[in-house]
Amino acid sequence: MIRFILIQNRAGKTRLAKWYMQFDDDEKQKLIEEVHAVVTVRDAKHTNFVEFRNFKIIYRRYAGLYFCICVDVTDNNLAYLEGIHNFVEVLNEYFHNVCELDLVFNFYKVYTVVDEMFLAGEIRETSQTKVLKQLLML
Amino acid sequence: MLGYPAHFGQMECVRMIASPRYSEKRVGYLGAMMLLDEKQDASLLITNSIKNDLSHSNQYVQSLALCTLACMGSAEMCRDLAPEIDRLLRASNSYIKKKAALCAVHIVRKVQDLGELFAPAARSLLSEKNHGVLHGAVVLITELCERNPETLERFRKTVPDLVQIMKGLVISGYSPEHDVAGISDPFLQVRILRLLRILGRNNEAASDAMNDLLAQVATNTDSTKTVGNAVLYETVLTVLDIKSESGLRVLAVNILGRFLLNNDRNIRYIAMTSLQRIVGTDHNAVQRHRGTIVDCLKDQDASVKRRALELSLALVSASNIRSMMKELLLFLSSCPPELRAQAASGIFYAAERYAPSQRWHIDTILHVLTTAGGDVRDETVPNLIQLITNASELHCYTVHKLYRALLNDISQQSLVQVACWCIGEYGDLLLRGECHETEPAQVTEDDVLDALETVLQSHMSSPATRGFALTSTMKLSTRITDNVDRIRSIVSIYGSCIDVELQQRAVEYNALFKKYDHMRAAVLERMPVIEKNSPGHTNGESAGEPMKEIQPPKVKQREPLLPQQPANQVCDLLGLLGGSEEPLQPSPAPGLSLNTASTAGGDLLDLLGGLEPTPPAPAPTVTVYEKDGVTLTLSCEKQSDSVLTVTLTASNSTDSDMSSFTLQAAVPKSVQLHMKAPSGDFLPARGAAKVTQLVVLNNPNKVNLKMRIRVSYTSQGSAFQDTVQIDSFPGLSAAGH
Repeated sequence: MIRFILIQNRAGKTRLAKWYMQFDDDEKQKLIEEVHAVVTVRDAKHTNFVEFRNFKIIYRRYAGLYFCICVDVTDNNLAYLEGIHNFVEVLNEYFHNVCELDLVFNFYKVYTVVDEMFLAGEIRETSQTKVLKQLLML
Repeated sequence: MLGYPAHFGQMECVRMIASPRYSEKRVGYLGAMMLLDEKQDASLLITNSIKNDLSHSNQYVQSLALCTLACMGSAEMCRDLAPEIDRLLRASNSYIKKKAALCAVHIVRKVQDLGELFAPAARSLLSEKNHGVLHGAVVLITELCERNPETLERFRKTVPDLVQIMKGLVISGYSPEHDVAGISDPFLQVRILRLLRILGRNNEAASDAMNDLLAQVATNTDSTKTVGNAVLYETVLTVLDIKSESGLRVLAVNILGRFLLNNDRNIRYIAMTSLQRIVGTDHNAVQRHRGTIVDCLKDQDASVKRRALELSLALVSASNIRSMMKELLLFLSSCPPELRAQAASGIFYAAERYAPSQRWHIDTILHVLTTAGGDVRDETVPNLIQLITNASELHCYTVHKLYRALLNDISQQSLVQVACWCIGEYGDLLLRGECHETEPAQVTEDDVLDALETVLQSHMSSPATRGFALTSTMKLSTRITDNVDRIRSIVSIYGSCIDVELQQRAVEYNALFKKYDHMRAAVLERMPVIEKNSPGHTNGESAGEPMKEIQPPKVKQREPLLPQQPANQVCDLLGLLGGSEEPLQPSPAPGLSLNTASTAGGDLLDLLGGLEPTPPAPAPTVTVYEKDGVTLTLSCEKQSDSVLTVTLTASNSTDSDMSSFTLQAAVPKSVQLHMKAPSGDFLPARGAAKVTQLVVLNNPNKVNLKMRIRVSYTSQGSAFQDTVQIDSFPGLSAAGH
């Protein structure tokens, strides 16, 4: 099950935070800082999976943004890696060559996309065409 | 939200959700998901709105409501709205069904009992064509089965259906909608495989039904891209978990082996994680890939290294112990610090189980100690010592090696401790110079004592290590012949060490030299072979026992080896004092009449109980002692009902100076005594200066206050001592407060 999804830039500013588990506000802040600390020091030599507290983080870096998904230890890493890529491709299609500013200015739209593709801690819709069709209707 | 307080938005959200316009609803729900969570009370207010919206005619409104419920629904909200969700699961709109399925997943996670409510609906969803709905249904069924074993039994019957669906996915041609890099809907495949894993666990019939399918997936899936590998990985996990036939298991392990050879680090990592799980059961299969795993020890990623280390340690066996150990020792010298402790203890464990020879074992342990001595666990030292005593023919070899290691480097505490112990124990073998197993070095007694002294004096040595070194120096006094005086001088120097542990040892050894010389040889002879697994490795003689921690100064536990003269007098005072310890503390006298120790001890202990000194001016003074030119006057002042401050002033009217002047005091049992630091211990002649000492007495029970004072000093080279008893205190009434 996905615990949370986080999109951060290299400087540590959060562009999107979607929580699928109950955390207090200060816990959330602490988690954000910890994830940033763990993920930014890694480079291409490292794997895309990090053990983090009693979960694991699967992350991928696209230009200046880190897309991190925090899942349980028993989940399939590679599948979620592909999920991240799927999500980014949908964003790309939706915003027509997405960049970080798009995420900043249209954050509500980004949340809608997230809700279309992930729900209740699981991957919901995997077909990019379907998601885009629905988004255009909204 | 994102770290900023946002309570102002909560009521706005509630209002907007209730509004009939879609755009406002949308913003309201988004705000609700962001700002509200189950702990906030405002979330209860939106329950009714959600309920209404779930029956709305517009599917988008319904979906918003479902989303919000799935995201932050609390347990009460879930209970209220569960029937609605169930209804929606049977709706005709697949868009809604998808969301409803995942919403049901959230509800089941929050409130387990509602699972039965959704089971029949979930079953019927399996026959959907829409992948999204199917995906949601599979997730829901997975969740239900994980939580409830009865549901699990019921859903076992669906295995054929699931197999059918999978087959369709795998074999069917290119479907543009769900295709990811050539594989149709890998996410759904992974999910179904996971559900099959849960259904097939511990169940023969279900596992049989899946065998063909799994074989097919394993062989057909394209493994050049990550997606393919994701599906293969899930397949492997499923095969290993269910009761599959052996051919299938071999196939699975082979796939993992292929993963290990992959260039992509990610894939190697997850391969090692899975191999870790099966190394217990399919040991031989994993052994075949030992070479690759050992290579991964040199990878740059720390998590890959950790996995490789765990796997390598699990793969060590009697046949490959030598080569594996070489690799592991190489790894230890270059591994990141957080893995050192684990690697060291793993190596020890492996060496203990599979050591081909004792000499190899000792060599390995020494190697580990020299490279990573700081990270090994504390029990390694006694274990190693016990091992060495057991290998009696290797004593000579061991002590030579340890001596050389000691000369090299004294910073690794465990190594130094073992080396000191061995040199102390087998020093005669070292000095004899002949050794079969290694080239002998010409070692003189001075060299050995130099080495031990370096350890004693080095600031790098921990207190425990210095204890070891001192004891081994002492043991050498029976093993060597020429330099016994040197040993005596070393030992007596430490009789005044600040570290109380060392001081105690030194004083006891000094006593061994002086009064109990006839016993020395017997006390310090060779240790018997220690039995394995004896708790604490207790030995008969306390002199030889390696002490790990510094015991706090226990004034009571004086060994009978310490029959000092002052101690006898202290015992006299003990008669007055009964059992109370505190009054004894200002006069510790664990050493001989070396004053620095006692005043230092007194200072330390006085600091612990300090009260403010009071001005003695208004108090009347009384001369309590006058003899041999030493005059002692006393004045008291009451601080409170039970606390009394006594000032003792001493002056010297003789023609010669007095040094090492100390006052010790004892009081009746129920009275507490605190002696402050004296102003000095030197009384110049003819009353040129005085020494004052403050004593604080606490008399809570208001007993008759008496005090016995012992005066000791050195004048003209000889020591003097005298005792005086004070029965009445000026400033107190005769009844005695």
